Amino acid sequence: MCLGVPGEVLELDGQEARVDFRGAEKWVRTDVVGDDLAVGDYVLNHAGFAIRKIPEEQVERTVELYEQAAAPVDAGETG
Amino acid sequence: MTASDTLEFRDPDRAGRLVDRLGSLVEETGPLRVMHVCGSHEEAIAEFGLRSVLPEGLTVAMGPGCPVCVTDLPEVDEAVALAEAGHTVATYGDMVRVPGSEKSLADASAAGADVRTVYSAGEAVELAEELDREVVFFATGFETTAAPTATVLREGPPSNFSVLSAHKYVPPAMDVVAAHPDTRIDGFLAAGHAATITGVDPLEEVVDRHGLPVVVGGFEPLDILLGLVRLVEDVRDGAAAVTNAYPRCVSEAGNPAAQAALWEVFERVPGEWRGIAEVPDATLRLREAYAEYDARRRFDVETPDGDGRATDCICGEIMAGRAGPEDCPLFGEECTPDSPVGACMVSDEGPCRITQEYGGRR
Repeated sequence: MCLGVPGEVLELDGQEARVDFRGAEKWVRTDVVGDDLAVGDYVLNHAGFAIRKIPEEQVERTVELYEQAAAPVDAGETG
Repeated sequence: MTASDTLEFRDPDRAGRLVDRLGSLVEETGPLRVMHVCGSHEEAIAEFGLRSVLPEGLTVAMGPGCPVCVTDLPEVDEAVALAEAGHTVATYGDMVRVPGSEKSLADASAAGADVRTVYSAGEAVELAEELDREVVFFATGFETTAAPTATVLREGPPSNFSVLSAHKYVPPAMDVVAAHPDTRIDGFLAAGHAATITGVDPLEEVVDRHGLPVVVGGFEPLDILLGLVRLVEDVRDGAAAVTNAYPRCVSEAGNPAAQAALWEVFERVPGEWRGIAEVPDATLRLREAYAEYDARRRFDVETPDGDGRATDCICGEIMAGRAGPEDCPLFGEECTPDSPVGACMVSDEGPCRITQEYGGRR
């Protein structure tokens, strides 16, 4: 019940959104997402409710975080 | 995420470099033991075989992160009693087979009771709209499912709908586990999705009380490795602080809309976490303003007095990170996914079920 799944918003209708979960589509509630949604946004979903809009810039930032953690500046690479 | 984004979160080359980094960090720190508190973390760790690539000295223990597993026996008994009394009981699929003192909801259903599996709190309300009878939503899970339960109650569901709340709130349970003298941990990998709702403030309290670093981690393989790198760095640096290693889903303040719904409807009261301990303020009860929807007030629920805990099941010790599934005498013998004795073998997020499906630690 507690597994969170990210998906892409395909359609909005009132307090509900049709979301693509890597190929499976489902309607989820958007009452508590706490943000304005548009088609194409990514949302994190839990038990039929979107609980967070995932900002696109944060997806890019995540990759930077991986890189920083793998090769930290305090490991001696600084010039 | 798109396919390419997904690959970015699972890229083997990056994973290899993060694992190398962990290796050199653990050489600096010496052996250490950290704990995660989320069934989704355990599932991802097991599914992607992460324990097999972690450095020898780093132990990642499972904590009380499976919501099904920490739902207390008497709470299951209440749901069974309501179903047997002739009411429709709706609940999440993984609760149905969890044994109570004498029986599970599946047993009650086999004997003729009306037990329905729902995917969300919204579906439970829809069921009440369709049926001309009482529908009790046996509401389980942490912050991430409690906020949706709160949302449907705020909307004024039909009068034949009620909630049997077994919702739990994670941070105080981290306190209890950290305070236990037999639990030796150097830091927590906190559950990213619960923090999506609450933000990082409640975790600051855990840090303050125990002086342990807490890192909020995501659920893709690279998210978990990143979280572990940050956590081991904090242990090495003696940094008792909260670090957010999952910023794409967790903001400092969390989700205020979800928090508003959660705390308008629920209050924190003392309650038992199955097999672990009574936690002073980590069970969520409906507030007075929502008493009319509280199944415990609407119905006179009679449950068995017997002590159903008298088995060799060590779920509680496992959920508290003091033992592993293979330490249990029942594991894989009397207790299997087809015939579970304890809740830890029932849920997809249960440590015993995961260990049974994906194999042991190494």
